[in-house]
Amino acid sequence: MNGNFAPGDTVQVISTHPPGHRRTPYYIRGKTGEIERVCGDFANPEELAYGFDGLPKKTLYRVRFKQTHVWNNYAGPESDTVDVDIYEHWLLPA
Amino acid sequence: MAEERGTHDHDHDHDHNHDLTFQPNIEDTEAGRYELMTYAIRELLMEKGHLTPDELRAAQEKVESLQKSDGAKVIAKAWSDADFKQRLLDDGNAALLEVGVDAGAAKMTVVENTDDVQNVVVCTLCSCYPRAVLGMPPDWYRSKSYRSRVVIEPRQVLSEFGTDVPDDMTVRVHDSLADLRYLVIPRRPEGTDGWSEDQLAAIVTRDTMVGVANPTA
Repeated sequence: MNGNFAPGDTVQVISTHPPGHRRTPYYIRGKTGEIERVCGDFANPEELAYGFDGLPKKTLYRVRFKQTHVWNNYAGPESDTVDVDIYEHWLLPA
Repeated sequence: MAEERGTHDHDHDHDHNHDLTFQPNIEDTEAGRYELMTYAIRELLMEKGHLTPDELRAAQEKVESLQKSDGAKVIAKAWSDADFKQRLLDDGNAALLEVGVDAGAAKMTVVENTDDVQNVVVCTLCSCYPRAVLGMPPDWYRSKSYRSRVVIEPRQVLSEFGTDVPDDMTVRVHDSLADLRYLVIPRRPEGTDGWSEDQLAAIVTRDTMVGVANPTA
């Protein structure tokens, strides 16, 4: 696999808002989380959506975020998480 | 139920008369841009001989006939066979193939409910759902309300489904967005010792494998 991140690494989701078929939801952009696992390399769905081949493949991660970090006034314990599938090109080391 | 129309007992308020109101035909609403584009592409594919009406019908029939029972069978086996459960957690697609379920190109990611963790699955962007294992998603799974709320206030949403999660447990929401599909292994309820896999499969419902409910013996 080509990925630059390993489980346990802290990463930040890029805060950008390009048009198009983007697979990173708005609510998680700019947030900081931890790589939970490396899922493998996949043709980039953001390119596939427009008829391109999606190559080179992008490494996909599951990134775990604390809900109390993602939402202001989150009504639940500190331990609650949201795990989001995020492609390498949306992540920066943090 | 038609013969009972207008006479059956109700527990909901009425703002309609069953004798006069009917479910609208789906054709009654004007087709949107994407619907029209879909029709146009379908007609073009057929005109050019790439797709026959029977092939289209057969594909629809196949998708709509997928049953959730495959998932229940898988969970019952995982509860009964710790090695199989571990293989399922390590490589969902390979373990599913062992029991004859081909999850296709999607990467099946299997997560396990424990005494400490309640997992719940959503697709906030659209309606990604493990159709190969659970069949078609329920309407609520595709609703904007579920998709937005379960990620913001999962405990409240679970509570509305009748699932109260104590504060000393973690609620873990999984947002399934493109290439991953999730299956939750629910906690095996007490009182099921010695049950056969068939008995176990009977208490594993669709909602318990999405994580909004827990099975009971």
